[in-house]
Amino acid sequence: MSAVIPDQSVINSGNRIYRSRKRVNFFLLAVSSLALAYGLFWLIWILAVLLYEGGTALAQASLYYQMTPPPGADGGIANAIAGSLLMVAVGTFIGTPVGILAGTYLAEFGRGSWLAGATRFLNDVLLSAPSIVIGLFVYSIYVARVGHFSAWAGALALALLVIPVVVRTTDDMLKLVPNTLREAAMALGCPVWKMVTMITYRAARTGILTGMLLAVARISGETAPLLFTALNNQFWSNNLNAPMANLPVVIFQFAMSPYENWHRLAWGGAALITIAVLVLNILARALFRKTD
Amino acid sequence: METAAVQPAARPAIHTTMRTELPADAAPLASLKPKLSIKGLNFYYGGFHALKNVTMDIPEGKVTAFIGPSGCGKSTLLRTFNRMYSLYPEQRAEGEIMVDGENLLTTKQDVSLIRAKIGMVFQKPTPFPMSIYDNIAFGVRLFESLSKREMDDRVEWALGRAALWNEVKGKLSQSGQSLSGGQQQRLCIARGIAIKPEVLLLDEPCSALDPISTAKVEELIHELKNDYTVVIVTHNMQQAARVSDFTAYMYLGELIEYDVTDTIFIKPKKPQTEDYITGRFG
Repeated sequence: MSAVIPDQSVINSGNRIYRSRKRVNFFLLAVSSLALAYGLFWLIWILAVLLYEGGTALAQASLYYQMTPPPGADGGIANAIAGSLLMVAVGTFIGTPVGILAGTYLAEFGRGSWLAGATRFLNDVLLSAPSIVIGLFVYSIYVARVGHFSAWAGALALALLVIPVVVRTTDDMLKLVPNTLREAAMALGCPVWKMVTMITYRAARTGILTGMLLAVARISGETAPLLFTALNNQFWSNNLNAPMANLPVVIFQFAMSPYENWHRLAWGGAALITIAVLVLNILARALFRKTD
Repeated sequence: METAAVQPAARPAIHTTMRTELPADAAPLASLKPKLSIKGLNFYYGGFHALKNVTMDIPEGKVTAFIGPSGCGKSTLLRTFNRMYSLYPEQRAEGEIMVDGENLLTTKQDVSLIRAKIGMVFQKPTPFPMSIYDNIAFGVRLFESLSKREMDDRVEWALGRAALWNEVKGKLSQSGQSLSGGQQQRLCIARGIAIKPEVLLLDEPCSALDPISTAKVEELIHELKNDYTVVIVTHNMQQAARVSDFTAYMYLGELIEYDVTDTIFIKPKKPQTEDYITGRFG
């Protein structure tokens, strides 16, 4: 067997293998650029229509201080904005500590145990569960028993949506903390709980905070779980034990109606949620980038 | 000569002088009081038998070096001395490591206390995500409640011992992670000695450092042995020759030879050790 050794270098721009590689490269670049353009096209269209239709409503001050009106009358969505803010806040307040503690168990204490493995798997299932399932679940265990819709039930459903997101990000972010840092703390004679609270939480804090903001962004636009729990309220209400207005359900109801002024308010509400979620996402990214 | 300036004024470089006589001041190992006494130590990573029946005494107030090719078990051995392995459920040790009359492997004593008494510095610098000051104070606060003044003194003392004080005294509130690699490692050494352990374990402390930082750390090790028992794992044989009083050569999980450093480097008893020292193997 004789070795095939070229007399002179074959590396030149006419090389057959080189040219076919360039062709494949060009083709794949073109296909992925088209895919990008396709995705961006719809996204920009949605945002443009939303801002165009919702813009006029957003510009009217009455949107922010008047209550949801009856058909044909003027009004705003102040009660829905307040209700959404309140329920999202309560839901986050309940869900975040549970999520962070559970994520801490998965990443720090339950390493390698079957319980942690099973919990992580179930959490991933919960993470991708349709939110309407969560809404129906809270309806059957809470709303149906007490006999009326309430903001508590709404906040509970939102908390159940927050938990898996926060568990996942806390787990992931703590796992990114190098083990050498844990060992260094343990080598000083540090107990585990102190190592977690003083060292690994600090090292992972922006990641965990980002997860929390993303969870807030996710629940701000959820309609299905609130439809079965908080329902809606035409009036201003601070009572967590009674039905409460909220943006997603108001948008759902108003957009389905035949009334022109309700449509306008629904567009305004939709634009408002989108902008709020956008701001939260940008905030989360900015926070995350700061540590990189 | 420029290199002479960064050499820690220690022993003459052994390979160039080729002495045949051992120095008279080399105390034999057996006559020294052991700080750690290891008997029949076996170590397993799951099913892998990483340390095979290791028996040795680590003398008090001396520097002992572990050398050997990668994967020979020298870091594993070091990590048994402060029970670092017990963080990982699949790792286990059998045998005896006696410290002050107690077997570390089976003691009822809280493992935190053992680790505070037997400090450790790792291969890669591991500054905590907090200020330089708090990096030092963190460990101290675990066992002592000091006033602000006392803590300030302790921090200055530890940073001074680690030859870092002059470089950081004006920026103690800056993040420990903002320092250079060599400074970070000296910060970690300062953190380790601030809690005043009895033994200091150094796991390849200079492998990520430039020659100047290495020289500073080696100088520091020399000073530390007056107060601490130091055990150092190193890939660098010259470093072992420069800083240690005793050297152990390990291969494939076994302790091949353990003696006064000069004996190991000048007149090793086992041919395997000689092959490794002279670079014919490993």
